[in-house]
Amino acid sequence: MKQMIQLSKQSGIAVAGLIILFAGAYNLIAKEAQPSAADPVLEERVMKLSRELRCLVCQNETLADSRADLAEDLRNQIREQMKAGKTDKEIITYLTDRYGTFVLYRPPVDPTTYLLWFGPFVLLLAGLLLLFRYVKRRSSVIAEAPLSVDERRRAEALLASESGKETA
Amino acid sequence: MTRFAIPLVFFIVLVAFLAIGLRHDPHEVPSPLINKAAPAFQLPQLKDPSRGFSAQDMRGKVWLLNVWASWCVTCRDEHPFLLQYARSGALPIYGLNYKDKREDALSWLGELGDPYVLSAADTDGRVGIDYGVYGAPETYLIDREGIIRFKQVGPVTPDIWQEKILPLAQQLNK
Repeated sequence: MKQMIQLSKQSGIAVAGLIILFAGAYNLIAKEAQPSAADPVLEERVMKLSRELRCLVCQNETLADSRADLAEDLRNQIREQMKAGKTDKEIITYLTDRYGTFVLYRPPVDPTTYLLWFGPFVLLLAGLLLLFRYVKRRSSVIAEAPLSVDERRRAEALLASESGKETA
Repeated sequence: MTRFAIPLVFFIVLVAFLAIGLRHDPHEVPSPLINKAAPAFQLPQLKDPSRGFSAQDMRGKVWLLNVWASWCVTCRDEHPFLLQYARSGALPIYGLNYKDKREDALSWLGELGDPYVLSAADTDGRVGIDYGVYGAPETYLIDREGIIRFKQVGPVTPDIWQEKILPLAQQLNK
């Protein structure tokens, strides 16, 4: 029993040692990966805004995700301007003045984007209209004709036999 | 008959949309700088860094600003055409050497020839950002008042030179 405790103590120390070792190694890696994280609050703001912006070189990536040279330059620009006390809105204006509204992942509502914003609703309305017309036309096609005397007798006989079965 | 006509019409419309889509270049982003003043800059000249070059120096002239770099592969394809255009003397061509190493840029010009009246060295790419550069080569046609009248992203091919830049430049030079 004593031996076992001894053993677990030893392995406990070994595990703790390993954790410290790995944590140290992890720190080293982490330090290498983010040279500019001197101010985490600022960095968070830079990344948050960058995620709203399109990288112009690889157009389906955000400025935050892109590893293109230009994306890095633009992130640096954003960082510098934030340090200089510019608001997010001012920085966005700075970028759209140069690269157009294409850099924005949320396109503004203006005449060039009307089709983009309202097109789906126009299509939806058109679809509803077509559906409405189709249903209306079809309901007149399959309008019920009154049963003939013969048909009525057969239907009654069928209904009677059905209910007869159920009660039986 | 209508059973086939309606899907056929849909199909034709779809094909038409796709065909138009194929002809659009998604890399051609409309520049907000067209018909706006060319952003001011003051940069050292590539060949003689002790001397400067600024867009304001070009007031009163219709000129081309061509953004290039020695690392830019398409610039190499465009280069012989630029030499041709420069030789024709139709327009002065100035270079903006974008995010390049000076030695590399100079050896490129030495090796391939220099179509530029002069090149300005935009080493950190700040002026490039002001001009909305996102893929060299890019070329700006700037008028006497310093207004950008045309922008070409990608190489200025002989077609673009003949059909777009020359007619516009002649009109601006009147």
